[in-house]
Amino acid sequence: MSEALHAEWTKLRSLSGTSWLLVAIAVLTAAVSTAAVAATHCPASMSCPVDTTKLSLTGVEFGQAVVAILAVLAISSEYSCGMIRTTLSAVPRRTVVLAAKAAVITALVMTAALAAVAGSVLAGRLILPGHGFTTARGFAALSLADGPTLRAAAGSVLYLALIGVLSLGVAMILRDSAVAIGSVLGVLYLFPIIIGLIGNEQWQHRLQRWTPVSAGLAIQATKNMRSLPISPWSGLGVLAIWAGAALLAGGITFRLRDA
Amino acid sequence: MTAGTLSAPIAPSDTRTGRRDGFGQLLRAEWTKFRTVRGWVIGMIVAALLTVLMGLFAAANVNIGCDINGQQNSGRGCEPYVPLGPGGEAVQDSFYFIHQPLAGNGTITAQIVSLTGEHVVLTGPQQATNNGPDMTAGLMPWSKAGVMIKENTKRGSAYAAMLITGSHGVRMQYNYTGDVAGMPGAVTASSPRWLRLTRSGDTITGYDSADGSHWTKVGSAHLALSSTVQIGLFATSPSYVQTSTSFGGSSNNGGPSQATGTFDHVSVSGSAPANNWTGEAIGGGGPVTGPGSQGGAPTGPLTQPYHPSDGRFTATGSGDIAPLVGDAQGAPTATVEQSLTGAFIGLIAVVVVATMFFTAEYRRGLIRTTLAATPGRGAVLAAKAIVAGLVAFVAGLVACTVALAVGVPMERGKGEFILPVSTLTEARVVVGTAALLAVAAVFAVAIGAVMRRSAVAVTTVIVAIVLPFLLTVLNVFPSGVANWVMRLTPAAGFAIQQSIPHYSQVLTASNVARGTYPLPPYAGFAVLCCYAAAALGLAFFLLRRRDA
Repeated sequence: MSEALHAEWTKLRSLSGTSWLLVAIAVLTAAVSTAAVAATHCPASMSCPVDTTKLSLTGVEFGQAVVAILAVLAISSEYSCGMIRTTLSAVPRRTVVLAAKAAVITALVMTAALAAVAGSVLAGRLILPGHGFTTARGFAALSLADGPTLRAAAGSVLYLALIGVLSLGVAMILRDSAVAIGSVLGVLYLFPIIIGLIGNEQWQHRLQRWTPVSAGLAIQATKNMRSLPISPWSGLGVLAIWAGAALLAGGITFRLRDA
Repeated sequence: MTAGTLSAPIAPSDTRTGRRDGFGQLLRAEWTKFRTVRGWVIGMIVAALLTVLMGLFAAANVNIGCDINGQQNSGRGCEPYVPLGPGGEAVQDSFYFIHQPLAGNGTITAQIVSLTGEHVVLTGPQQATNNGPDMTAGLMPWSKAGVMIKENTKRGSAYAAMLITGSHGVRMQYNYTGDVAGMPGAVTASSPRWLRLTRSGDTITGYDSADGSHWTKVGSAHLALSSTVQIGLFATSPSYVQTSTSFGGSSNNGGPSQATGTFDHVSVSGSAPANNWTGEAIGGGGPVTGPGSQGGAPTGPLTQPYHPSDGRFTATGSGDIAPLVGDAQGAPTATVEQSLTGAFIGLIAVVVVATMFFTAEYRRGLIRTTLAATPGRGAVLAAKAIVAGLVAFVAGLVACTVALAVGVPMERGKGEFILPVSTLTEARVVVGTAALLAVAAVFAVAIGAVMRRSAVAVTTVIVAIVLPFLLTVLNVFPSGVANWVMRLTPAAGFAIQQSIPHYSQVLTASNVARGTYPLPPYAGFAVLCCYAAAALGLAFFLLRRRDA
């Protein structure tokens, strides 16, 4: 297993694209978060029902797309250039190959996500007090010493890691990079849009509880906890079920099909 | 949908003409490549099917329930009565009207000496008294009072009015959608306004004046009127709405408001001035508080609108005389384009297939064969863009037509009130959505040529078009920023789906989730086209510069 891990690590490390994508995860996530924070003001005359922690982590909505590219390419690029046959000659046990890939991708994504989330929280901490979200008005400066904020920040790192695993599983099933990335982005972005546009409240509630992004991002909420459709950790659990199911389905098709 | 394998080489020559590199030939070659990859064809069919299914799913899950006088109702039993204006559009028509019949031609002139208003108090504990809800002084920007000629007292009938507004000066408004600006400024005791309406056949002309002797024509309207119409004074005031936007949701909080207009020197001239005034609340548009209201529920008819003591008339009304738009407070808001929600699914599938249409050439090395056959790289790019765009357009057109033609009647049958629009507008929504998919496909082909790697290209296009829309729907940005996002990003193209136009005389916040966009339909679509054109330009430049 450790050799398989080392092999996967070497394959990913030696691609120039990987480091670019990792940098992109960190930089773009933090940039979108900063933009969202910078665009939000709380005028003195108004009460602002803003969840500052969640606002500061907005970039995760964007960063997840880059995480998906990274995870999808780790699989589909092997198929597109035939590398997968070499990989399987070297490590014939497919479960080991998939487990090693998942482990390396998860570790890489978590590293980048750590930087991304840290940058986002820092942006919120530095910018928000200047935009009217002051301690005097009930908005404490963002701090990881605060329990809910720490949960939201750490949860966002886990969220991005799970999105990576989900993408890996989907890519294993679909193999082709364009189809896989299209499907992953469809799952990530279509459900929230449908929730926003659908009129039926019953379905809205169901989708909020059981679709990966809406449920998973409940981990970022620190305000109005009672009105959440699903509690933070259960929400992340729903995403974990999606990711686990995708990885399992990917593993089964990987074993059953020829490379 | 498995990986596409490109196996069909392009036809090297046209045997009939012997010409090698006509553009039509190139188009045919690209079309052959497209249709012979089974995954792509299946992808487009699946995209169309999912678009339709999503629309039908939304329609099938419409659930209308209501409570009428303690009785549970559902479906069509709950359908609200919504008056339709002369143009067929849904309208609001609630106001207080002091009127008398006018036979034939005639003129009404009035001096309006004050316009005051009150609106409901939203902060603090609500203290509803016997006289109605707690009110505080304040005019709405579009509170209005003035003189009116109206076909009859039925809601939705044709009318023309000269009026003074809360903060938009004197206006001439007619048939709900017409709105012409007159003298600016508010009415005060020191600067009253004189308003005049003249009927001559089917033409109604409005005038305003500061002193009652020097008149300026504001505008004229041609209405279909009977020989006897109602002529008189009116007042109304649209709901007070406070929108609070927060992360993850915006909520509208509001309540009624009322406006009181005081008129002096009222005169009616014409063939039959009856001088027999009746005060009547049209469409429940009477005052919210004070005499004539019952605990906040406006009632009518009222008596004694005329104050013989000082020779003045006062009219107090609540409501609006305006087109009904998508995000009106407490109003039915469904629109036809809501049955096209599935177009997002279609969009993602179209983008994937269109990107692969170019990137697959690089993966299989077919690009070298293609460019050997057609050395003009711009021509190859153009042919691919046209084929992908046309395929997406046809698939989108079929899917959207079916979704709208089946979904809308289905929702109406379940008792949903869908704001009516003309067939022409429905056609624009359907064809526009298909065109949106086509332009997205062209954009995707170009980005595919620029990036060459399908994963990055697909993500770029989807994120560029879908993410701004999503972040706006989720209310991540405050509304000012959200409006700029929906103006400047490729997501602006979705404006082509907006079926109910924006009216400046109706206060609405552009709210993408409710189907109102900051840009007009074609302008928003043009923004998306600009992105596609820029991407094509970049692709052309890079294709010529780089080796294949």
